[in-house]
Amino acid sequence: MIDLDMSPYAAFVWPAWAISAVVLAALAARALIAARRWSAELKRLETDRPAGA
Amino acid sequence: MFGLANPDRFLRFTRPLTPVVWGLAVVLLAAGAWLAFAAPEDFRQGDTARIMFVHVPAASVGLMIYAALGVSSFFALVFRHPLADAAARAAALPGAAYTLLALATGSLWGRPMWGAWWVWGDARLMSELVLLLFYVGYMALRASIDDEAKAARAAAVLGLVGLINLPIVKFSVDWWNTLHQPASLLRAEGPSIAPGMLAPLLTMMAAYGLFFLAVWLTAIRTEIVRRRVLSIRARRALEA
Repeated sequence: MIDLDMSPYAAFVWPAWAISAVVLAALAARALIAARRWSAELKRLETDRPAGA
Repeated sequence: MFGLANPDRFLRFTRPLTPVVWGLAVVLLAAGAWLAFAAPEDFRQGDTARIMFVHVPAASVGLMIYAALGVSSFFALVFRHPLADAAARAAALPGAAYTLLALATGSLWGRPMWGAWWVWGDARLMSELVLLLFYVGYMALRASIDDEAKAARAAAVLGLVGLINLPIVKFSVDWWNTLHQPASLLRAEGPSIAPGMLAPLLTMMAAYGLFFLAVWLTAIRTEIVRRRVLSIRARRALEA
């Protein structure tokens, strides 16, 4: 069974886990958003070829 | 292996692989978190030992990421391979984030156990801070030079120089007196951690490693695509 009672150290344990979760989530979001943005831009440029190209 | 250094082949190979690595990383992170809170309380450090399950993976993977950045920088500098440069560039931000996490969670662990948030002069803490400065310096150097080829070369040299710091971080606890505990995983006599804590720790280390791999693969793929976009824009600007 999991133990979620961190007393008397809750003020140290939970922030450590919270900071880790936030930073990992931010890394994932940044990587996935950038991937989607640049892929969309490449697709747009490839479909939107200038006349004569 | 070297065949994958071709950007097209790399994109084809990693297209089905990347979502699998993301999925595995998320599953392992969830399993590791569950195991970490199901592990027994440490008889000396109490529940603060649960910080270890996020601190140690961030620190050890953060160190490995720099090794990946350094090796990629070497290939970028010597063979001038664009994929190696993309790999080095893509490793910098997650490496800095992991190292920052190691310092922040270490500080949150140090306060109740050592009575201090930070100890200036502690070899492990200082060498880890230097590692963070190498990551930040690498990103700042790249961002400060407009010519991407020049920026890549300058950053690769800095990336290589930073490799000197890796053995210092790893062996700082053996070479100098420090408040930080000595190595407890990679030891000649085997791990000194209780088996009940070893399983969650190894799971979290694998999760952090796979999570980095997922972010890295995604970022390298994005970097290849970004360079294609910039190249098309430049070509069209010349044609216009």
